Amino acid sequence: MIHSLFIINSTGDVFLEKHWKSVVNKSICDYFFEAQSRQTNPEDVPPVIATPHHYLINIYRSSLYFVAVVTTEVPPLFVIEFLHRICDTFEDYFSDCNETILKEHFVIVYELLDEMLDNGFPLAVESNVLKELIKPPNFLRTITDTVTGKSTGVSATLPTGQLSNIPWRRTGVKYTNNEAYFDVIEEIDAIIDKSGTTVIAEIQGYIDCLIKLSGMPDLTLSFVNPRLLDDVSFHPCVRFKRWEAEKILSFVPPDGHFRMMSYHIGTNNMVAIPVYLRHNISFREGGGGRFEVTIGPKQTMGKPVENVVLEVPFPKSVLNVTLTCSQGKNSFDPVSKLMTWDVGKIDPSKLPNIKGNITLQTGVPIPESNPTITVMFTIQQMAVSGLKVNRLDMYGEKYKPFKGVKYITRAGKFQVRT
Amino acid sequence: MEPFGAQYALYPNMAGNGFQASSYANDRPPSSTGSGEGDISADPASSGFFTTDYKKHDDLKTMLDSNKDSLKLEAMKRIIGMVAKGKDASDLFPPVVKNVVSKNLEVKKLVYVYLTRYAEEQQDLALLSISTFQRALKDPNQLIRASALRVLSSIRVPVITPIMMLAIKEAVMDMSPYVRKTAAHAIPKLYSLDPETKDQLIEVLDRLLADKTTLVAGSAIQAFVEICPERIDLIHKNYRKLCNLLVDVEEWGQVVILNMLTHYCRTQFISPNQDGGEEIERPFYESSGKDTEDEDDDDEDDDADGDKKKKADKPAPYVMDQDHRLLLRQSKPLLNSRNAAVVMAVAQLYHHCAPKSEVGVVAKSLIRLLRSHKEIQYVVLSNIATMTDKRKSMFEPYLKSFYVRSCDPLHVKLLKLEILTSLATETNISTILREFQTYVTSSDKDFAAATIQAIGRCASSIAEVTDTCLNGLVRLMSNRDEAVVAESVVVIKKLLQMRPSEHKGIICHMAKMVDNITVPMARASILWLIGEYSERVPKIAPDVLRRMAKNFINEEDIVKLQILNLAVKMCITNPKQTKLLCQYVMNLAKYDQNYDIRDRSRFLRQFVLTSDKPCALAKYSKKIFLATKPAPVLESLTKGHDNYQLGSLSHLLNMKTTGYQELPEWPAVAPDTTVRNVELPPVWKEEREPVRGSKKTKQRQPSTDLKKFYSSSSEDDDDEDDDEEEDDDSTEEESGDESAEDKEASDESDDEEEKKKASSDSSEDSSDDSSDESEDSSEEDSSDEDSDKEVKKPVKPAPVEEKPKKSKSKADAKASSSGGGGGADLLLDFDDLGPSLPAPAASSNPVLGVADLLTPTAAGSGQVASSSLSTSSQSNIVQGISIVPKEHELLNRLSSGGLTVTYKYTRTISIFSPKMVSLELTFTNAGDKPFSAIKVGDKKTQAGMEIHDFPEIASLGVGSSSTALMGINFNDTTQAAGFQLSSEQGSFSVSIAAPVGELMQPHTMGEAEFKTQQGKLGGMNENRETVAITEAKTSPDGLCRCVRSVANLLQVPSSQPDVYFFAAQTLATSTLVLVSVKVQGKSSKVTVNCEKMVIGTMLLKDLKRALTSSE
Repeated sequence: MIHSLFIINSTGDVFLEKHWKSVVNKSICDYFFEAQSRQTNPEDVPPVIATPHHYLINIYRSSLYFVAVVTTEVPPLFVIEFLHRICDTFEDYFSDCNETILKEHFVIVYELLDEMLDNGFPLAVESNVLKELIKPPNFLRTITDTVTGKSTGVSATLPTGQLSNIPWRRTGVKYTNNEAYFDVIEEIDAIIDKSGTTVIAEIQGYIDCLIKLSGMPDLTLSFVNPRLLDDVSFHPCVRFKRWEAEKILSFVPPDGHFRMMSYHIGTNNMVAIPVYLRHNISFREGGGGRFEVTIGPKQTMGKPVENVVLEVPFPKSVLNVTLTCSQGKNSFDPVSKLMTWDVGKIDPSKLPNIKGNITLQTGVPIPESNPTITVMFTIQQMAVSGLKVNRLDMYGEKYKPFKGVKYITRAGKFQVRT
Repeated sequence: MEPFGAQYALYPNMAGNGFQASSYANDRPPSSTGSGEGDISADPASSGFFTTDYKKHDDLKTMLDSNKDSLKLEAMKRIIGMVAKGKDASDLFPPVVKNVVSKNLEVKKLVYVYLTRYAEEQQDLALLSISTFQRALKDPNQLIRASALRVLSSIRVPVITPIMMLAIKEAVMDMSPYVRKTAAHAIPKLYSLDPETKDQLIEVLDRLLADKTTLVAGSAIQAFVEICPERIDLIHKNYRKLCNLLVDVEEWGQVVILNMLTHYCRTQFISPNQDGGEEIERPFYESSGKDTEDEDDDDEDDDADGDKKKKADKPAPYVMDQDHRLLLRQSKPLLNSRNAAVVMAVAQLYHHCAPKSEVGVVAKSLIRLLRSHKEIQYVVLSNIATMTDKRKSMFEPYLKSFYVRSCDPLHVKLLKLEILTSLATETNISTILREFQTYVTSSDKDFAAATIQAIGRCASSIAEVTDTCLNGLVRLMSNRDEAVVAESVVVIKKLLQMRPSEHKGIICHMAKMVDNITVPMARASILWLIGEYSERVPKIAPDVLRRMAKNFINEEDIVKLQILNLAVKMCITNPKQTKLLCQYVMNLAKYDQNYDIRDRSRFLRQFVLTSDKPCALAKYSKKIFLATKPAPVLESLTKGHDNYQLGSLSHLLNMKTTGYQELPEWPAVAPDTTVRNVELPPVWKEEREPVRGSKKTKQRQPSTDLKKFYSSSSEDDDDEDDDEEEDDDSTEEESGDESAEDKEASDESDDEEEKKKASSDSSEDSSDDSSDESEDSSEEDSSDEDSDKEVKKPVKPAPVEEKPKKSKSKADAKASSSGGGGGADLLLDFDDLGPSLPAPAASSNPVLGVADLLTPTAAGSGQVASSSLSTSSQSNIVQGISIVPKEHELLNRLSSGGLTVTYKYTRTISIFSPKMVSLELTFTNAGDKPFSAIKVGDKKTQAGMEIHDFPEIASLGVGSSSTALMGINFNDTTQAAGFQLSSEQGSFSVSIAAPVGELMQPHTMGEAEFKTQQGKLGGMNENRETVAITEAKTSPDGLCRCVRSVANLLQVPSSQPDVYFFAAQTLATSTLVLVSVKVQGKSSKVTVNCEKMVIGTMLLKDLKRALTSSE
């Protein structure tokens, strides 16, 4: 399946290669570089590139390209999904996944890659299993290892999870404080048109958990209004049958952080759009233009809208903008022509506003269309869909865990056409 | 929900100092030895880490040769750094390979990594390491066995193929499913190294395919697909098992299995979409609802065979094969997988194999994937694009999900456009066009151009909007952007060509634009249009030609060609006005720099400008040049992709990739459907046979199950959990999410052994559970009934089955005689395996022999192997004793007013903690009133003991019974653990004292190790006694049975015929317990060695009692 993996940084340097079958020379990456050079935007590189004898499947993540080489027919999603899983694992181990960190921990990286695939086919991918096989870097352990002269980086025994029917959980977990936290995160994907009407709005929700419970807890989580959810996908630990029958999430959780569920609330439901934009953008013949945007809250159920950021990708013909904002800071990158306005929190009594002039390059026709503004925001303690957790019960263990649930609504791909 | 949220302000902090300190990235030097190299690695920017010159290699060599592990490790880390960077480190091969014997695991692991990278280049030297791997292949530790096999099979040295073959053959028989999984991976490796071995490998693979553990299934199928996808016959007998296991297989395996099964489905079943695609479901389904699957899984399985026979007789109307249905039903829950590849695999299965009416279910899940990473979006969209071609209505409700966002990558945008156009209908076209209008103004010009093409496609496919679209496009021609204009011209040209009659105005308009448009393609298109329809604009056309002729030399080649074209056409239709112009243009073209244009002019000249004698073709010139041309078909970019299997790489690239297998057409007549009836006795057979064989007696059973299931479900979640489980057990339905049930988890975790037992267990289970459901007293009867049936049942697929059947019924009898224990999981139980699989078992012996020959160095390890692999031919190893756990009474119904509680030791590793003894409690309500809320109350335990409660039983009706699992850590003492069983009807104090034999778990070791360990545990730790063993127990079988019934020991192979060794570890402290018995008639010697003297003496006492008793 996956023959080799090359990790390439933004400057086009192959800084890590791993081969699971015979060695493929890294000159194969030239095909990739060629495809890359044809695109101006790194995101636009086609994910699958065919070369005479190999196929290159790549993903672009945290400004690194992960290029997998395959030689035979394989479901492309299989490879793509796996590459993302590799990144996830790195992020899980090193809390981030960039060139510096990967280079710093290259031995662990290499051991991980070796353990995750055998002959190009996934072997141990579950984070809990991997963490037992190869310990994540940890300062304290490094010290003890140095003192005792032993190395405890790799495990001598097969993690129990690998053989059990619940590979995501390891046995013998013990905590003094037993806690279970659930974050209900909802992202609004929306396109708002010029006149302020909603073209499309959908909600993409996640339930992320942090479970620190001893033993083998068996949890059930129920919602007040589960019928809201259009389409769901689960972590393998969730018993699908019970969800189908009773709309209850019943699961033996993995230890630590994990995404238990993601759901989708489609276009047929009405989605309350929490912010509105008043904008007035115009270009004049003769190399100038006006720009004015005001942002205000609506339908937020009284919760404040925070972390508001506006991004305006100006057309290439714009030379510069001189803007003043009533609140927050704004910056303009003359290379990418991206104007970012970091608004902060919206005060409903004094709506944040930004205005100023646009300077166009001389001799260039004025832009045809106004830029599409991307809006980011966060609203704490509110799930915009109205989803509500009803209760959490634990079976199988006798202690009383501390439970918490948090709701966050934020902007996903929230775009306003102007 | 009050307790939630209120204190939740804590949360951010909690997350911060949680179990993964988020800051470890910067506070830890990467070298774990902390030696001098640390400072280099601490600064990742310094290139010193990755660059090593020759001197440094010397330095590495000395480090590798040193005897300090820390130095070696440091050196290895640096070498791996070079390997990772792609730097050549092959000159270090000799010093590195020496360290393959290192005791330090991390060093060893890194050496393995190095070896797999460079062994191919240094084959001779690599051979030095082989014996180490061969020894490691026999290690008692499964992880070491597995990694040895991985490396051995990865080093790609052709010389060792025979050794690899032997290693694989051994590994597929390994007890550990993890090792078997590795073996499955090794098969394609060996195949790629030496394709000659294919036949042998297929034999091995056949065995792996029959494996029942979910861990192995995916890898085995992957190996199958890589080496012999044409041998579809190997799948037949595993088909149903695969379908049923599908949900529990790890996600990557699911993808592979689903893809393979799609092929299988297309070859073995007939198309579900014949005669209008309406499939006729049997009334059975109608009553139970088509989509409420899972609960009635088992029933359908049961009926499958009978149904198939019926169907064979009457060809029409179409009834879907039950196995086909099984696949579709079992794969549907996977649509909710978090893994996009799995969802896609299900989608393609439905697309290719499901009845039309059912394919729609996948749409929603595919739409969900669109929110994923952009690469996933791209692949999913290109598949949706193909699907929409065929099944428009499927994605119509999700139209808006395909609206383009400005942040999408270009390839995603284009695919979205593609899909939007294929989804366009009369009803939604106006919204789509409005959306397109915004796209046209996009600053991304490629995208804008693509949008215009999309508009063109909409216009051509939907007649109602053609005019609107044309008007829109004409307006775009006055756009400021050239690319947009050009594209619109090209599209308009195509549109006009389809219906030229009505659009004189547009042609005039375009003719006027010709001066302003500079994009060659657009100019060429306009000229072509004017030439083609010059009669409609008789005034304008000659003028256009005049203007063009004036500027001929400055035009692009493509425009010049069209000018020539126009000139000829004009000359034919309107020679009076244009003949001279034409001549002028021809002359210009004659001396053009481009030979194409020169050629063209020479060629065209013959038709129109011949002065002397006209060539033969000239009189047909009108027919040649002004023939009505067929209108172009505006088709989607994804056309042609549908020749390939959806979701495949070939589909995405629209080209046949290496190793792509064509998806076969449906067969016209269904092949033999009985091939999937399984010959080997797998677990689920049991569940089927009794039901099928004795419908009358058994049929009611499932329905009562169901009733109970529903009635109790309304009462309490927890109780329902248990019931569901029982439901599962009784039907032995291997799939379903319920298998994640923690209760079963322990069984599953050492399933590898259990599953080999296959039949005995399952029938035990089913009898056990069925009796639970009915009456306690009927226990004996029902299980007897089962075994009776087994024997009486005519054996269908002929002689092969004869033997296993008998042994099975024997096992059943055993089971029932002691009340049917559900979890008698013994580590070594090959009773059924032996006879049922004669071929592989026989072949394994020579394998071992040859292996020893090949490894003279590993002479000592041969015996370790025999213990760990337990397929050895050692004479006194007694296999297949199934010790049925004894039931002990915990609570008598007389003292509790009706509640009877019994318990037994399951002898499995407790799921709650490895230190606990696992107990199965059976609650039976023999009284006349129901009990409710049965749980563990106060506990009275000694220090160090722990009791893990069983889940509360919400209610226990009169006459019903329920089982629960609990764990007790006795802390290696025989002290009783007391606790209260409380229920709303009163609480009763009970206590459990485990006999010393239950405080241990089997421990694997070889004879040599046994003897060394025994030597260490001499003196005070040794207890020895002479025992007069009862005659009946002097046989190997009798003796082992006796010893094993006393204590949870594992037999260790021994080289002397009359000496038996057993080993175990205590649960709480993992202290070794070694037992050896030397049979010498009346004066047999029993020795127990254990560091814990109390355990040693007590165990000896128990053993003595058992061995001398005549029971």
